[in-house]
Amino acid sequence: MSAFVWLTILTALRILARNRMRAGLTMLGIVIGVAAVIAMVSIGEGAKRAVQAQIATMGTNVIVIFPGVTSASGVRGSQGSAMTLTVSDALDLKKRIPLLADTGWAKRDVMQIIYGNRNWNGPINGISPSYLTIRDWSFTSGGPFTQTDLESAARVALIGQTIVGNLFEPGEEPVGAVIRIKNVPFHVIGVLAPKGQSAQGADQDDVIFIPFSTAERKVFGTSFIGSVGAMFGSTDQVEDLPMAAEQIREVLRSRHRIQTEQEDDFTIRTQVDIGKVQEGTSETLTMMLFAIASVSLLVGGIGIMNILLVSVTERTREIGVRMAVGAKRRHIMMQFLIEAMTLSLVGGLLGIVLGVAGAKLTTLIAGWPTIISGNVILLAFSFSLVVGLFFGLYPANKAARLNPIEALRYE
Amino acid sequence: MNPLIECEDVWKIYRVGDMEVHALRGLSLTIEQGEFVAIMGSSGSGKSTLMNILGCLDQPTKGRYRLNGIEAGNLKPDQLAGIRNQQIGFVFQSFNLIPRTSALENAQLPLFYRGLSLKEQRAQAAAALGRVGLQGREHHYPTQLSGGQQQRVAIARALVTSPSLLLADEPTGNLDTQSSQEIMKILETLNRDEGITIILVTHEVDVAAFAAREIVIKDGQVLSDRVTKERPTAIPVGG
Ligand SMILES: Nc1ncnc2c1ncn2[C@@H]1O[C@H](COP(=O)(O)OP(=O)(O)OP(=O)(O)O)[C@@H](O)[C@H]1O
Ligand SMILES: [Mg+2]
Repeated sequence: MSAFVWLTILTALRILARNRMRAGLTMLGIVIGVAAVIAMVSIGEGAKRAVQAQIATMGTNVIVIFPGVTSASGVRGSQGSAMTLTVSDALDLKKRIPLLADTGWAKRDVMQIIYGNRNWNGPINGISPSYLTIRDWSFTSGGPFTQTDLESAARVALIGQTIVGNLFEPGEEPVGAVIRIKNVPFHVIGVLAPKGQSAQGADQDDVIFIPFSTAERKVFGTSFIGSVGAMFGSTDQVEDLPMAAEQIREVLRSRHRIQTEQEDDFTIRTQVDIGKVQEGTSETLTMMLFAIASVSLLVGGIGIMNILLVSVTERTREIGVRMAVGAKRRHIMMQFLIEAMTLSLVGGLLGIVLGVAGAKLTTLIAGWPTIISGNVILLAFSFSLVVGLFFGLYPANKAARLNPIEALRYE
Repeated sequence: MNPLIECEDVWKIYRVGDMEVHALRGLSLTIEQGEFVAIMGSSGSGKSTLMNILGCLDQPTKGRYRLNGIEAGNLKPDQLAGIRNQQIGFVFQSFNLIPRTSALENAQLPLFYRGLSLKEQRAQAAAALGRVGLQGREHHYPTQLSGGQQQRVAIARALVTSPSLLLADEPTGNLDTQSSQEIMKILETLNRDEGITIILVTHEVDVAAFAAREIVIKDGQVLSDRVTKERPTAIPVGG
């Protein structure tokens, strides 16, 4: 860069240092705006990433079908309140829809589990073996039950990490132990690998899986035999999910003899739909932050413009002198633009520091995950530059258009 | 060779509301390279108006003004700025130094707009301050200097670019007798030893006495124009 630009930047910094209070107040808008952008985007990105990770724990390319009607946001009445879905629905879906790689089903109830002198109330899930593969459950020890276990209604159980933690001593091996569910003895044959929280915030590791048939005949009540709490399907390709969902809907409507004008008596959600709902939430958040940031940057920009107009007036004589010794319009213009940008850049840098600190503090205090990307810092930085440039233009132009004689005579 | 300054029937008319003020009324003037001219005249006679035109800060309403053969009346603002930077130095009655800026940086200012490297700017500005007797004061701020010293900084700023023309509008107007004499001696030396053309406006006879030619202006016209001193026979070549 030319000596001219460097010296002008130095001069701008000197003027800034001289009027620290005034400059500080002027920069406040930019500082807050940039800090808001960074903090918000970091928190938003962190939340998005966390939600994506949670959604991934559902399994791969999963479709969930609940009985009853569910509102669009995913809020619904207690699962299985309507007993409209059956095992034969699930089997028929798999037979009639080639897109479906597999289907599974489950039914749950909270029951008392006893091991030794300890007990725990946990959700018991009667499931088809295919459920485990659809939902991507893996094991830290032992393994899944089989189709034979299902057919023979074997008394075997798979237990989640939360159950292990509540029923067993640390270091004790659960596989091979006998636990009692509703006083029926079950052999623990597998311990599930942890999944953490679901996208809705539930503890997915507080879970016991037993064969669906065993659940129906030996644990849950015998009413509504064959009805399921939820059905699951999976496709090989994520792109097939919407088509598979549509075909499931058609098959179920015809099986349930639903008339054209009637609503479905079930609800289908694909993994993509669930992701969209969550992303929508974080998008709303992002938009809000964007609004806050824009307003702050606008206020900051107007502050810069105002302070520069004051500066141009105060330094009219100086401008006259500079013109007299040969400053061209672009020199005067540049000087004030550089001053404006120095103000906004220093404000931007402070804002970045504040924003990053804010994001880190949020993680520290609230425990929310935050992701600070280089992109957002770059974005905030360029924002502040553009604000300085834009709001500096008017005062700079005003200065450059002064008449040298009048400027020299200005008192 | 062209004369340095040629004014031909120069008019300057200011419009204030509905009224027209004729500050210059068909003024004609020729000044050669290397002259030392004092312009005198009563207040409001048009001296400053003339100086502004000669210094390319302003342009005539009517008539022609040529500087070094260049028609200044047709130039655009940035072209005028270029001429001021290359050929003209100004000394003002009220010094017009940039506040809170050191003597050296004030003297550097015209070079700053020439795009010289910082090192060259500093070296040349320091040399110019030396020529007006201010060595050792480079880092003083205007408020730390006397009036006479401030005016010397202004002269250093005017001569740092080696201009062909130095214009001084009442340069001693704000100074005591002793400082005035010092300033005038510096200007006299610059004219004699370096051949810089100097035009100065003054109300004081003893200041005007330093010049070799005296032009009196009245009502925007030349009232009298006379040589008061023989010009030195040998002007240093290439000075
Ligand atoms: N910008 C302007 N607008 C209107 N009238 C002006 C302007 N500048 C100067 N004048 C008028 O032009 C005339 C000449 O002014 P000028 O400043 O040239 O006088 P001067 O000879 O320098 O006087 P002084 O000795 O007081 O400095 C005066 O009548 C003045 O009022
Ligand atoms: Mg005057």
